[in-house]
Amino acid sequence: MNFDDTPQEAAFRAEAKAWITANAPKQYEEELRKSSLGRTVLKGANILEVAKAWQKKKADAGWACLHWPKEYGGRGSSPIERVIWQQEEGPFGKLSGMFIIGHGMCGPTMMAFAGEEQKRKYLPPLASGEKVWCQLFSEPAGGSDVAGLRTRAEKKGDDWIINGQKIWTSGAHYSDYGILLTRTDPTVPKHKGLTMFFLDMKSRGVEVRPIKQASGQSDFNEVYFTDVKIPDSQRLGAVNDGWNVSLTTLMNERMSIGAGVSTGFPELFDFCNSLMLEDGPAIEDRSVRSRLANYAVKASGLRYTSMRAISALSKGERPGPENSIGKLVAGSMVQEVAMYALDLQGAAGVLSGPEDAEVAGKFQAMLLRAPGTRVEGGTDEIMRNIIAERVLGLPGDIRVDKDVPFNKIPTKGRA
Amino acid sequence: MNFDFSDEQKQMRDEARKFLAEKCPPKAVREVLDGKAPYDKALWKGLAEMGFLGVAIPEKFGGAGAGHLELCVIAEEMGRANAPVPFSSTVYLAAEALLLAGSDAQKQKWLPKIASGEAIGTLALFEGKGNPSPKAIKLQASGGTLNGVKKPVPDGAIADFAVVAARTGSTGRDADISLFLVDLKAGGVEVKELTNVDPTRGQAELTFKNAKAEPLGAAGDGWSILTQMLDRAAVLLAFEQVGGSDRALEMGRDYALDRIAFGRPIGSFQAVKHILADMYVSATLARSNCYYGAWALSTNASELPEAAAAARISATQAFQHCSKNNIQVHGGMGFTWEFDCHMYYRRANTTALMLGSLSYWEDQLIDRMRKKNAA
Repeated sequence: MNFDDTPQEAAFRAEAKAWITANAPKQYEEELRKSSLGRTVLKGANILEVAKAWQKKKADAGWACLHWPKEYGGRGSSPIERVIWQQEEGPFGKLSGMFIIGHGMCGPTMMAFAGEEQKRKYLPPLASGEKVWCQLFSEPAGGSDVAGLRTRAEKKGDDWIINGQKIWTSGAHYSDYGILLTRTDPTVPKHKGLTMFFLDMKSRGVEVRPIKQASGQSDFNEVYFTDVKIPDSQRLGAVNDGWNVSLTTLMNERMSIGAGVSTGFPELFDFCNSLMLEDGPAIEDRSVRSRLANYAVKASGLRYTSMRAISALSKGERPGPENSIGKLVAGSMVQEVAMYALDLQGAAGVLSGPEDAEVAGKFQAMLLRAPGTRVEGGTDEIMRNIIAERVLGLPGDIRVDKDVPFNKIPTKGRA
Repeated sequence: MNFDFSDEQKQMRDEARKFLAEKCPPKAVREVLDGKAPYDKALWKGLAEMGFLGVAIPEKFGGAGAGHLELCVIAEEMGRANAPVPFSSTVYLAAEALLLAGSDAQKQKWLPKIASGEAIGTLALFEGKGNPSPKAIKLQASGGTLNGVKKPVPDGAIADFAVVAARTGSTGRDADISLFLVDLKAGGVEVKELTNVDPTRGQAELTFKNAKAEPLGAAGDGWSILTQMLDRAAVLLAFEQVGGSDRALEMGRDYALDRIAFGRPIGSFQAVKHILADMYVSATLARSNCYYGAWALSTNASELPEAAAAARISATQAFQHCSKNNIQVHGGMGFTWEFDCHMYYRRANTTALMLGSLSYWEDQLIDRMRKKNAA
């Protein structure tokens, strides 16, 4: 049992570190390091521009999309090299937020289902951050139940005509392309009538409306499609086989381990070290210490769970569904941590202005963003189902609509 | 990075699991639970023959000379089997104390007997309620004899010798405390068995009346040695707790798959699935914290104090969580004497207190993290 790199890993780490030291936008390091969930602000700079510039620099030097093949703009690295890169990139990795969906999900789906010419055309600018992609899956009627979606695609000559609405689309407002899951046959059971496409987000008939979240920010959007035309050549996979195509996407989503989930614990520990309560420093209060210890062992448990997964990668094994743990535990923990940090401030905990609030309102921002992390990319409940079914082998949920034609599934709970 | 046990260590785990499945089925645990024997003597002898009692004891002292990673592996299996033997007190506490602070003669005298199963050892630390603290130690040492009362002492009624924490000074500092070795069969010690929540791990009151004692380690070093002992035992015991957590989870899952209600296995109900998923989560977090503790223990890393506290807290929580929810998943059957769930529930809640309570370790963890931060 050890934490040592193999000689190859050590060589890769040294190379990565040297390049990052020489090239990263260091002027933002401190702000990025301090930024926490719900709050990444770079003073006097447009974060999207900074992020795109860093991505382009990485791509030009061969450090973008490490796990992708070289011919599509990647590096052809092993999974463990990708983890080492993330460790070395440190706070600068926070700049990659806007690319996660494109690089982690859209790209791999294109690789599996697009034509060779398309891959060579679309993937390198995606890898280099020049083009941003989004994933158009969720709908008002299909969140966790993705296959419940209603956006229609109808064949007309060589084109498909799209009508409907998507929701919770991260980054649609700055995306250039998207992958789109549609219903092409409502007369068969829901998983059997779906088809996947990719499209230009600037196409006529695509309308993006940002959603104002509880936090006041707008990371997500509604996207409306009115008679949007997509050529058949932009179909991914066979007609009505969209469910299987989407599984590739979702599987890639869960494979992206090692990214390090935010728990809020380091922030809380620092806060309790500096906060003065009526009777002295918060960290010396017995009940504070007990709460802190409970969060500490969850945070360290997650850290070492991910190290075990990285060890498996290092040995060439593939991590499994057990990695659903990270999002499940961190999601609710960050919410609890935020609530507790406010509680420690007493009545003043309600203040969120950077001047009036403790640590510039960091925990207030975290509080308002946290509910989203428990929902996006699979709710806590879906994560628990995954663990129960795929890790523990318990029976799947009973799905009463499984064999019912989609257009016969009830659409309202109470008439 | 290879943050995992080696293939040889995993092989040892399989061997121990197989051995314990055969020699320590629930029926054997019940013999002790029902009061038919103070511990499972045949199992104890078997563990010695397998080399498990001396796995971390050097060969020159009669052990197998493997190491602490191997001991962690065995500890997990002891917890999984809920073994009714004085393994934790003898191996994690007494043997570790000798390895840490014993003279060559003391090691030569006791370690081979531990490895061969001839001697049971324990730690006499507590004097009534409360957590480990130099202030709480009143038992007096003077002129080579001890006077005072210790309780609860784990496996105190069956132990052959004890490491005893005693007061040798009155400066009000940690240096007032020294450790002693006492041969419990040599006279001067009255033993009273105490009723406790988990009869498969006995507790006793030991009254020392001019009991002969020899110093273990230097005078005044007692508290420092004890702290190290408790950290080492915390990691090892945490592995037992993880073994118990995993077994409780398995029992719950198996029952949920077999038991039919409302026309389907109860494991297909989301409410039940989510209980089991949460058990898996707590057991997994604990296991990962334990691995870090094992690494720190086996390399004697400076991170050991923090790692030990984290492993201890996490594993205590996981075992309590898994054992109580195993009963919940079993429904009414779960709290019958006949089903095995309560054996793990008892063990979880007594193990939780064995080296000081959860809140004690929480306090320790934060202290240690602060020190590291300040350094």
